[in-house]
Amino acid sequence: MKALVAVKRVIDYNVKVRVKADHSAVDLTNTKMSINPFDEIAVEEAVRLKEAGVIDEIIVASIGPKESQEQIRSALALGADRGILVQTEDKAYPLQVAKILKNIAETEGTEIILLGKQAIDDDNNQTGQMLAALMGAPQGTFASKVVVESNEVKVTREVDGGLQTVALDLPAIITTDLRLNEPRYAKLPNIMKAKKKPLDEKTPADFGVDMTSKQQIIQVEPPADRKAGIKVGSVDELVDKLKNEAKVI
Amino acid sequence: MAILVYAEHDNVSLKKATLNTIAAAKQMGDEVHVLVAGSNNQAVAEAVAKAEGVSKVLVADNAAYEHQMAENIALLVSDVAGGNYSHVVAAATTTGKNFMPRVAALLDVSMISDVTAVVDANTFKRPIYAGNATATVQTSESKIVVTVRTTAFDAVASEGGSASIETLDDVQNAGKSQFVSEEMAKSDRPELTSASIVVSGGRALGSEENFEKYIEPLADKLGAAVGASRAAVDAGYVPNDMQVGQTGKIVAPDLYIAAGISGAIQHLAGMKDSKVIVAINNDPESPIASIADYYLEGDLFSVLPELTSKI
Repeated sequence: MKALVAVKRVIDYNVKVRVKADHSAVDLTNTKMSINPFDEIAVEEAVRLKEAGVIDEIIVASIGPKESQEQIRSALALGADRGILVQTEDKAYPLQVAKILKNIAETEGTEIILLGKQAIDDDNNQTGQMLAALMGAPQGTFASKVVVESNEVKVTREVDGGLQTVALDLPAIITTDLRLNEPRYAKLPNIMKAKKKPLDEKTPADFGVDMTSKQQIIQVEPPADRKAGIKVGSVDELVDKLKNEAKVI
Repeated sequence: MAILVYAEHDNVSLKKATLNTIAAAKQMGDEVHVLVAGSNNQAVAEAVAKAEGVSKVLVADNAAYEHQMAENIALLVSDVAGGNYSHVVAAATTTGKNFMPRVAALLDVSMISDVTAVVDANTFKRPIYAGNATATVQTSESKIVVTVRTTAFDAVASEGGSASIETLDDVQNAGKSQFVSEEMAKSDRPELTSASIVVSGGRALGSEENFEKYIEPLADKLGAAVGASRAAVDAGYVPNDMQVGQTGKIVAPDLYIAAGISGAIQHLAGMKDSKVIVAINNDPESPIASIADYYLEGDLFSVLPELTSKI
């Protein structure tokens, strides 16, 4: 069984975000970029499935700028086998990404497809679901546990009210949530080996996909500032403020 | 053309999120139809028909829809949306987030997630980068598919309307997925995403017992919901459905009390739109202290019981 994992190059989760002065976009100049944390969890899950003997090959794909190679190499260092970079300077919207991934999944015949549930830059939470719909395949989103059996996968999902478990025919699309696993740190020998693993370079045109979206971001604003707060010296003072000043209790 | 709203419910009663979603839909167009898909869900349809601002209720009642399985629901919704609808709108709950992108893909259109403001029928605001920026997105799609952040829209009234109810005969069963089981939290406390007061605990509480001993009594006294930071959930002090944050629950209550929470970027993303924020911890340099309206530096284990008794 083969697995496909999709990874995205995003701003590092610890970086403080700055909006450009002209309000056109977030300012990414000289910012640290990393693999999307949820995608790293997806790679880790695929590697664990390979270590358990459930899958025998992991293909990692990324749709993005040339520098996304770094994130593919990170995934290869964690244990993926080969990478596919679909290079584009256009903003990668979920529908277009899903169309490319569908093509890769069907060409490669991958039965388990893992994505992070959302990218921490756009926070869309759409790509995995769109991919599943385009493939006519079932999905297990926000996964906190994945159990692969010979012809199905059981996914436990984190939902608003608690946990839900579903059984999915293969091929199936799984999107990862925070508690699915804790990714390992790549060891230096594996980082060195990753440099030699195959990495194919393609473009969206190779998959017949036009990256133009019917959506456009026309403005990006920083959040409204909250009014500065105060330090209170005691519980009595806090209760008084909440009752008489803020009037919330 | 009308707006199609997807109702959030548990087959027995309507969830408040639906009323917030209807409010958002009304800002996109005048005529709102609400689709209630489930199993033995007639009571929900009747409740929706009474909501303010709804012209028509469409009911799909079939075992295939009982557990809101995304594959089936998406086939139904995209089928119905293929009619005279300009927009398809759902709440950005785990249900809406689960199936709506499938609807968009089936209709071959892009989707806009987690809308926080409707500028006009084609233009929406939404948070990006964990809410550290707000994007204004304009779309030229012929069918506009969106999920809305319920805390950003005041709910319409649950009474006063009298919509017609139409039964749909559309059964969609993709047959590739099955519901196996669920473990849902049972609580008498208000729902986290719609509570007017939330008391949240962080890792500093140290144990499940301490949540019960220090956070819950305060929440009970205030009639509040209980929330938690990711760290507290990861440590096993509380279940996952209490996590407040960028990828957990987004809340915007009148009062948010954060006890023993430092305020990581991702946690702030889930609660910084609260009207009044109180932070209690022993680190005045913590990120949450800088956004709190009222900050009390102190030891949780003496402050919380004192606060509970004095409210």
